Amino acid sequence: MTVDHRQQHLESLRAGLSVVVYPIQSLIDLPGQTGKWLRESFATRRQLQEDNARLQAQHLLLQARLQKFEALETENLRLRELLDSSFKVGDRVLIAELMAVDLDPYRHQVVLNKGSRQDVFVGQPLVDAYGVMGQTLHVTPFTSTAMLITDPAHAVPVQVNRNGLRSIAVGTGALQELSLPYIPNSADIRVGDLLVTSGLGGRFPAGYPVAVVTTVTIDPGHAFAAVSARPLSHLDRSREVLLVWTPPTGAHTELLPEPVTAAEPGAPAAPSVGEETE
Amino acid sequence: MSTLIRHHGGAIIIFTFVVALILTVVPLPNELRMLRPDWVLLVLIYWCMALPQRVGVGIGWLLGLFTDALTGTLLGQHALAYSLVAFLTLKLHQRLRLYPLWQQALSMLVLLALGQLLILWVNGIVGRPIHSWLYWMPSLIGALLWPVVFLLLRGLRRTFRVI
Repeated sequence: MTVDHRQQHLESLRAGLSVVVYPIQSLIDLPGQTGKWLRESFATRRQLQEDNARLQAQHLLLQARLQKFEALETENLRLRELLDSSFKVGDRVLIAELMAVDLDPYRHQVVLNKGSRQDVFVGQPLVDAYGVMGQTLHVTPFTSTAMLITDPAHAVPVQVNRNGLRSIAVGTGALQELSLPYIPNSADIRVGDLLVTSGLGGRFPAGYPVAVVTTVTIDPGHAFAAVSARPLSHLDRSREVLLVWTPPTGAHTELLPEPVTAAEPGAPAAPSVGEETE
Repeated sequence: MSTLIRHHGGAIIIFTFVVALILTVVPLPNELRMLRPDWVLLVLIYWCMALPQRVGVGIGWLLGLFTDALTGTLLGQHALAYSLVAFLTLKLHQRLRLYPLWQQALSMLVLLALGQLLILWVNGIVGRPIHSWLYWMPSLIGALLWPVVFLLLRGLRRTFRVI
């Protein structure tokens, strides 16, 4: 147990055991899959037409927004090149599905149906359509286990979108709450501020939305303000998630697969940024 | 003569363990997840009691490892708890067999809670303390379910003549 906790030597043993229990997991997932298949096969023509129309409209809307976004992206890149910054927009993604398997109720973990056969690696960021969900913890050939950002042992480096104030969002064990324990009383943070990943720590790519600040309590008796935030991703509802590969970008490449050892000099001092401490 | 027909019906034992593992991870509504009894431990205790010469600490340890891999917990924490409970059951099996069902269920409460206590300790040591009285409900529910599990598994054992 100590070996598993302190070092990562037993990952291969865990992978072996997980392959043995994989049939059990897929068996349990079967009713859900069958239900989905039945729903899809017996959808009525009208329903499909309605869906199609709705999606068409949505597609048009997003396309229009994307046009503007592309122009902005190129402009942004050009400006960053002028500044000699190593920042890239655009990541490779893979859609994975959650398997309907219950894990330990006191840990926020999910099982995905993609594994090392699809090049999933340990510590890979996981997002859904609304924001960051978590990162992978164990990878086996067919499945992988991911830890959600609300797990008490998880922390994600964030910054306030409005002014770039950096901090760390730590899971609380409640599905609708993250806490930001290292914000000074004098910091400029308000209810409703959007928190995005800062990219420090090298685990999560920069710029993905994480949470919205819900309460800010400033108590002059304490060194730090008590700030809590609500995760944007639908942690308990999403069934399809995206696994993200960040393209190699100069300085960040070497840090990527490693547990975080050297955050950038300006980062707030925190021992376990983006690192799972099981 | 009796030595020749030993070890019969191993498939049934494995089958019950697989069913128990499946029940451990079957999705439940969020409110009920905390209350799920430890099926694997219940089945393990039954077989330790009924066939102490076949099922024991080693099998408990192996099952624990599978449970750890299945539920994503620290590798070895269920293995530790299951082997200890299997050991105690082996020590007590002759006494347990003589008890009436309700008294057996009381003993199960102690054994299951002991297993959970070990898991709680390990969780506390690795920095995941659990502050909820609900944590102990699975033991209680497991003990309440014991008569059902016992009669079911005994029926299976007698039908298929597992020795």
